[in-house]
Amino acid sequence: MQHDDVLWDVIGNKQFCSYKVKTKTQNFCRNEYNITGLCNRSSCPLANSQYATVKEEKGQCFLYMKTIERAAFPSRLWERVKLSKNYEKALEQIDENLIYWPRFIRHKCKQRFTKITQYLIRIRKLTLKRQRKLVPLSKKVERRESRREEKALIAAQLDNAIEKELLERLKQGTYEDIYNFPIHAFDKALEQQDEESETDSSEEEDEDVGQVEYVEGDEIDESDLSDFEAMDKLEVDGEEEQEHSSIAEEQEKETSISKGKTPVKGLARKKRPFVEIEYEQETEPSAKASST
Amino acid sequence: MLQLYRTLEQLAARKKRQKEREALGDKAPPKPVPKTIENQRIYDETTVDPNDEEVAFDEATDEFSTYFNRETSPKILITTSDRPRGRTVRLCEQLAKVVPNSHVYYRRGLALKKIIPQCVARDFTDLLVINENRKVPNGLIVSHLPNGPTAHFKMSNARLAKELKRKGKDPTLHIPEVILNNFSTRLGHTIGRMFASLFPYSPQFVGRQVATFHNQRDYIFFRFHRYIFRNEKKVGLQELGPRFTLKLRSLQKGTFDSKYGEYEWVHKRHEMDTSRRKFHL
Repeated sequence: MQHDDVLWDVIGNKQFCSYKVKTKTQNFCRNEYNITGLCNRSSCPLANSQYATVKEEKGQCFLYMKTIERAAFPSRLWERVKLSKNYEKALEQIDENLIYWPRFIRHKCKQRFTKITQYLIRIRKLTLKRQRKLVPLSKKVERRESRREEKALIAAQLDNAIEKELLERLKQGTYEDIYNFPIHAFDKALEQQDEESETDSSEEEDEDVGQVEYVEGDEIDESDLSDFEAMDKLEVDGEEEQEHSSIAEEQEKETSISKGKTPVKGLARKKRPFVEIEYEQETEPSAKASST
Repeated sequence: MLQLYRTLEQLAARKKRQKEREALGDKAPPKPVPKTIENQRIYDETTVDPNDEEVAFDEATDEFSTYFNRETSPKILITTSDRPRGRTVRLCEQLAKVVPNSHVYYRRGLALKKIIPQCVARDFTDLLVINENRKVPNGLIVSHLPNGPTAHFKMSNARLAKELKRKGKDPTLHIPEVILNNFSTRLGHTIGRMFASLFPYSPQFVGRQVATFHNQRDYIFFRFHRYIFRNEKKVGLQELGPRFTLKLRSLQKGTFDSKYGEYEWVHKRHEMDTSRRKFHL
């Protein structure tokens, strides 16, 4: 004897069914053999002894049927038929197998089968296109990396680095003649001359070490000084960097006053490593040239 | 900004040391050089020696040699991932202004493996793909085209040109210079050459524009400036153009093929991030 109605009264209608999912507007059935997915008197696989579904496994569709005769044998309860891959033929198969069954079940089986084939087609199409792979980010790692990036940014001192690189390129001459900084080339020429004069002077000093020399006193210093200043001023007017030369003059005066009888040339030479001022040195080689 | 707070003990110790130094005057021992991460960096055995012949030979025969021999001049295709948002699109446009001879194309859901043969057919030399996540650009793929290496970077802190504090104008069409700083290892060299090959070989100094790729602790900072020499010891810099930071994630030998490609270098976090003093670029 089948007790469908009793079962439905117990399970579906008001009391508890473990497959039932209640929402505000509707009840769903989570039973895997349910044909529509809703919790209804006609859709409940437990409350209907004659029932059929279409299920899909790994791309293959099967028609499952349950009959009253096998109700006592749960292990053999569901009978399955493999459906053809051809859509129309499969529909005919369903009709064939479910002949004389209630209209509702036949209709719903075909509907379910249609939906399943449609989503299988979609799966096949999507696998051919590009798949988006989701890569999980670890918040800890992301935070660590952003912190390290900040510190690297500070350590990089980008502006300074870029400026240094550009100045180096300028010095190496990659920009050739675009930038006219005559003083720069002048610097180089002067440095070369200074190096030559340094080597010359060092040789001379070595030679002079043992010898006795008689040098005049203050007169020469003052006259030399005055000549020096005049020459400096004449040279300076034509150029831009008057500040440098004026500083040179002042320092020269101070040191000459403090040191007294030391020759001006020696002063200039001693000062060179500490004070890089062109015009002081400019006059010096010319003075040397005149003396030698 | 990040600040250093010193404890009271450290302040007291510092004062004591200063007093001792002053007391000793000239005889004080020279100041110790402070330890920085760059000082303490673990020596990388693949660091390139400028006189290394092997490296020079490799570089004369690698995929960028055609660029460095001036046989090809770069032509670049810039694109994004699917459905780009406003920020990414604007970044692409600005990049196109920065990099000469570059074209922006919309992705429209095309597969990269199908785009690449088409690009090769139309004589493109490089492909730049800006990947986007959550409305913000977060990745960059640089693929050198005939059959050259593909580098995948993580992009962060991308700032558009108008967001920078500047009063400068747009970048002009002159070819910019390129500065590549601190690419010391073999891997760094390859990446540096890859960046260099994006820009035409001879820059137009009249334009006074410079694109900088500065590597610091494996982060590559990209900046685009206009410079002006005020005198021979001072330069003024004005930042135009976008800026972003890149971190190399993988370098793959052929053109883009994430599944079957041969990876020359992959960032493996558990092996490579164990030491704070070890860097790979």
